Amino acid sequence: MMRRISAALLAIVGAIAIGAVALQRHEPINALWILTAAVCVYLLGYRFYAAWIAARVLSVDAWRATPAERLNNGRDFVPTHRAIVFGHHFAAIAGPGPLVGPTLAAQFGYLPGTLWILVGAVLGGCVQDMIILLLSTRRDGRSLGQMARDELGPLGGFAALVGTLIIMIILSAVLGLVIVNVMKHSPWASSTVFATIPAALIVGLYLRLWRPGRVLEASLLGVALMLLALLAGGWIDHQPVLRPLFDYTAIALAGFVILYGFCAAILPVWLLLAPRDYLSTFLKLGTVALLAVAIVLTHPQIKMPAVTAFTDGTGPLFGGKVFPFVFITIACGAVSGFHALVASGTTPKLITNEADVRLVGYGSMALESFVAIMALIAATLLDPGVYFAINAGAGVVGAAPAAAVHTISGWGFPVTVQQMQALAGAMGERTLFARSGGAPSLAVGMASIFGSTFGRGLLALWYHFAIMFEAVFIMAVLDAGTRVGRFMLQDLLGHLWQPLGRTSWYPSVLLASALMVGAWGYFLYIGVIDPNGGVNILWPLFGISNQMLAGIALSVATGIIIKSGKLRYALVTLAPLAWLALVTTTAAWQKITSADARVGLFAAANELARQLALGALPPERAAVAPQLIVNQRLDAWLTMLLLAILWFVILDMARICVRRLRGLALRSSSEAPYQPSRLHSAAAQVQP
Amino acid sequence: MRGVARLAARHAGALWSALRAASGDDAYERYRAHQAARHALEPPLSRRAFYEDAQRRKWSGVSRCC
Repeated sequence: MMRRISAALLAIVGAIAIGAVALQRHEPINALWILTAAVCVYLLGYRFYAAWIAARVLSVDAWRATPAERLNNGRDFVPTHRAIVFGHHFAAIAGPGPLVGPTLAAQFGYLPGTLWILVGAVLGGCVQDMIILLLSTRRDGRSLGQMARDELGPLGGFAALVGTLIIMIILSAVLGLVIVNVMKHSPWASSTVFATIPAALIVGLYLRLWRPGRVLEASLLGVALMLLALLAGGWIDHQPVLRPLFDYTAIALAGFVILYGFCAAILPVWLLLAPRDYLSTFLKLGTVALLAVAIVLTHPQIKMPAVTAFTDGTGPLFGGKVFPFVFITIACGAVSGFHALVASGTTPKLITNEADVRLVGYGSMALESFVAIMALIAATLLDPGVYFAINAGAGVVGAAPAAAVHTISGWGFPVTVQQMQALAGAMGERTLFARSGGAPSLAVGMASIFGSTFGRGLLALWYHFAIMFEAVFIMAVLDAGTRVGRFMLQDLLGHLWQPLGRTSWYPSVLLASALMVGAWGYFLYIGVIDPNGGVNILWPLFGISNQMLAGIALSVATGIIIKSGKLRYALVTLAPLAWLALVTTTAAWQKITSADARVGLFAAANELARQLALGALPPERAAVAPQLIVNQRLDAWLTMLLLAILWFVILDMARICVRRLRGLALRSSSEAPYQPSRLHSAAAQVQP
Repeated sequence: MRGVARLAARHAGALWSALRAASGDDAYERYRAHQAARHALEPPLSRRAFYEDAQRRKWSGVSRCC
């Protein structure tokens, strides 16, 4: 009875909050409404939809032994308490994507992004994560690619592998670009980020040589070193002699990021990658919790309108209409195909009981989506004029501050040069104009939230704390992504020449790492020299590839559900799959064919080529134009490839389903045979 | 406030072990307990070898995300 009453209350509060968010158009809305609506939606989804899927669609069986129990080896297969698995899984899926995507999508206003983050997560992303987690748990923790191969066929598996490799490359490039834009000509940010590398090395040595495996001690040491790095950065910023040593151009910083990625891929993991990850995880969980508390305490007003005029496709951050580009841009905050790789990796080997997949799979993604909501709040509580001045590239609004504020004020979002200078001064920066990529404006938003909660005098410190948080986060993804990409590439190269497949053979390690870093380094370099900021091209490409991967995961899930004879429940994955296929296909199609140079890649390349031929470009632009033209055409071909992979897998899934419905022979299910759980019987006896 | 402090003091042991479990600080002890229970005859890995092995396994697959 109490449960029903609480559910009804939740539904009523949720409905009121969503009504307030969606219908309030003329006065500024308070962020608490958005937060309340989000929490209610997640809890309702978790309480009803997730429970229903677990019981009906997946037939989750608490009495069935999981691989952690059956194959328990005390190392990778270990039955683990569900709260701890939840923590590990959340730490693994939570990346910079849900911070950057919603910040960029705020150009459409706060409403489109908010709605998709909520609806997409509850009906799509959480469902995908939970189902893939259970399917992999039932298959001894097999990866998404292996499941695609086992259940659909070798071609589907190969397509999934190639798709994953492409997304790794684009992801690393776009994230590298984001931190380059954060650090360029900012000695405080650069010196702090640089200092996190020796901090990680010290922690790495501590964990291996001095006190092996003492993670808590080492993390405490690491966090202290990071805060020291933050304060030291502030000190350096005020030293006329030291300051210029850390004042770098974007190109130099891109070189640094590329070199870092290469080192992280070839050095032993214990030295750089693993300790950096411990630091980023602690910082990540702490900052997210702090942000939630601070938003509740300050309950700021949202200053961005619900919907802006840029829904028509003329947005300065990236071109394209609200449909389909809000879905492509939000990406990870609502549905992330990448999560399917984690949910079919380490996590299933830790699940003690099948019933835990609801908390671990559905629950973690709901929390991740909540992080996206907070990022959206942090972006939309800024004055819209300030938001656009920080995020719009110089190529769009003009390189000179006066020209930029004139253009932006002309859109109806007033902003002045003095306002921007005062803000930059308060944040301890020389300028905040044209810092595209989402991270700097998010840091300004976070600093103003933290500043008004914990003391305004420390704004500059909070800003650089937020910057360090994002940078550490991003570098953890860069190095892990490059390393995994290296392994995948070695696996592929091993088919060409067997020795190249040996993951510990040094020439092969160097070659595969160089290829991987070279691939994303190329896109990063082009993004850096692009006067429009580069993010406007790379982020949609990343969004398309991520949604393509989600399409592959949902295809595998749908195929397995239909093969298991549950056709009537197939809509649970088929509906999000259909929506993602529609969104991704429309977006990719527009990127390829649109005649509008803001959207279409070929159109943009042709337009640039025409201007170059006419001699209409200023000399500094003419110098980089040929490279940009080649890159835009390459991006268009890459988009076509992604689209082809997506549809190939969908059709492969459809073929399996048709065979199943016609009663033709199929690959047998790769599910591990049923064994009763002793752990669960023991637990049930203790608590009858 | 004093109530909270007393509560924390009473559960300090449990909190500490929860923190150790959540961060993976106790992974080696759990591994030794597992080895002793199931494979008592095999010599267990040293603390350092176990840590290195755990890191290598963790970072061979996708364990971080966008």
